[in-house]
Amino acid sequence: MQLKDLFAKKKKYASIPSEQAKKDVPEGLMQKCDSCQKIYYQKEWKKNLYVCPNCGRHHQITSHERIQHLFDENTFVEWDKELLSGNPLDFPQYEEKIEKDRVKTGLNEAVVTGEGLIKGKPCAVAVMDSRFRMGSMGSVVGEKITRAIENAREKKIPVIVFAASGGARMQEGILSLMQMAKTSIAIQRLHKENGLFISVMTNPTTGGVSASFASIGDYNFAEPGALIGFAGRRIIEQTIREKLPSDFQTAEFQLTHGQVDKVIPRQEMRDTLATILEIHQLGGVADETSS
Amino acid sequence: MKQVLEFEKPVIELREKIEELKRMTKDSEIDLSEEIEKMETRLKKLENNIYGQLKPWDRVQIARHSDRPTTLDYIQHLFTNFIEFHGDRYYGDDEAVVAGIARFNHIPVTVIGQQRGKNTKENIERNFGMPHPEGYRKALRHMKQADKFNRPIITFIDTKGAYPGKAAEERGQSEAIARNLMEMAGLKVPIICIVIGEGGSGGALGIGVGDHIHMLENSTYSVISPEGAAALLWKDAKQAERAAKSLKITAPDLKELGVIDEVIPEPLGGAHRDIAEQAKAIGSVIEDSLEKLMKLTEDDLLEERWEKYKKIGEVKERIQV
Ligand SMILES: [Zn+2]
Repeated sequence: MQLKDLFAKKKKYASIPSEQAKKDVPEGLMQKCDSCQKIYYQKEWKKNLYVCPNCGRHHQITSHERIQHLFDENTFVEWDKELLSGNPLDFPQYEEKIEKDRVKTGLNEAVVTGEGLIKGKPCAVAVMDSRFRMGSMGSVVGEKITRAIENAREKKIPVIVFAASGGARMQEGILSLMQMAKTSIAIQRLHKENGLFISVMTNPTTGGVSASFASIGDYNFAEPGALIGFAGRRIIEQTIREKLPSDFQTAEFQLTHGQVDKVIPRQEMRDTLATILEIHQLGGVADETSS
Repeated sequence: MKQVLEFEKPVIELREKIEELKRMTKDSEIDLSEEIEKMETRLKKLENNIYGQLKPWDRVQIARHSDRPTTLDYIQHLFTNFIEFHGDRYYGDDEAVVAGIARFNHIPVTVIGQQRGKNTKENIERNFGMPHPEGYRKALRHMKQADKFNRPIITFIDTKGAYPGKAAEERGQSEAIARNLMEMAGLKVPIICIVIGEGGSGGALGIGVGDHIHMLENSTYSVISPEGAAALLWKDAKQAERAAKSLKITAPDLKELGVIDEVIPEPLGGAHRDIAEQAKAIGSVIEDSLEKLMKLTEDDLLEERWEKYKKIGEVKERIQV
């Protein structure tokens, strides 16, 4: 473990609206839906968890906002917050890119892990954040997810992973690819002890993350409209020399093709997860006390 | 016509010149033996120079050489009684993956490998060695059988990647690969994986989680193709040579990164120069691996497999005060 003076720097928290958003609507006050273009007050938008009240489009939500919505108040404890990426391949400009995203998001890496209570039921969670390097999985993301699964196994609590990732982190090369194996072995160890693993695929869940832990939950869930798939649309179109339908690789497409158990709107996520956790907590024994 | 790679042209040209001189002396009175000898010394030196310090991009070219031996070539040399079995029992049979049982030095084993073709016709049959979900599910079916009957598993990795097609997505390419990673982690028999050509990303890893991972000296193993990385990074696929270096995809690179166990040496110029010799080198590494792994108890085997992958990656931890 290395300690670099770089890390002594104070963290900056800043929210930077996209260039497009700045142009279209008054900064920080209004928000426009990407899909139906309807404009909302920021407050209303946030309260609705970034889901358009008009058309139902699910927009990006930060990892911390998701956690805040999901867990009972003041129950979430974060794990391994201080794990930071190195530059194992000495890849050109990698450190600069990481630093830029740290400043932009206030996060140290593309996943937040920890434990807390969902309607009183304990569970571990890993929430990926696509604002950080497209949510790509490098050594730190792999390590944090692996540790979260291992912690859940040892504590005998369920683990829920919210995937939001473009895939492997190219700048960490083969080490990034091997995180697919590492996380999958952790899942295997959890399964062997009958631990519960719930995968929730959010926009986007593609490439190496889709082809590892995200697809092998005891339950595979998805948020409406999320892009979910292995290969990129453009690569497939180039390979097969035909245009793909617009719904290709959406959550609904994966539901139709048997890869997803259920598509769950963001507003219903907490309730649905709580119900599943409750049923699993009973473990086959009737509980007269709960209704 | 043999495929000649750009960097080895000087060697090939000199070799051809020597052959020509030899032919000339045969049909005439002139004695050129002294010249020929000199040239042969020069050839040796040139070969050592060129093949002794291959750049990553040179190795990429060798790994993609059209004559490079494939899984079935090695199976023929390394095993006896090989019987191939087909189908995933769900959808179909993927010819980009071969699977079967055989004996290795009398030991019953399960053999699985990605199979590409050496010409257009074969490549169309084998889908260029790029599996569909059926290929991964066929592989898993045979691995589970190996687990049931306590046979070690040997896999040969040789793919540009899992096939990026519409049907592959519809049938769950992601799930097929992911399931293999998880299931391979739990198999109670030794798993030895050998990268013999190109190890392309998740598609390679889909039969690549094991106890010992070896690579042929001129094979590559990468999260993305050099061309793909170059297009993303520098918006120019022609920068692939540069990307091949930055991505660290060669066998010596992966050995240094602690991802693989052994680099298996190749004959000068690459595996295609002498398949029998190459197979022998692979055989001796398999033998070593089997000897070490078959001694372990089931628990130790699984524990060591976990420990192996657990430590892969570079992570820095800031200590909080
Ligand atoms: Zn809308």
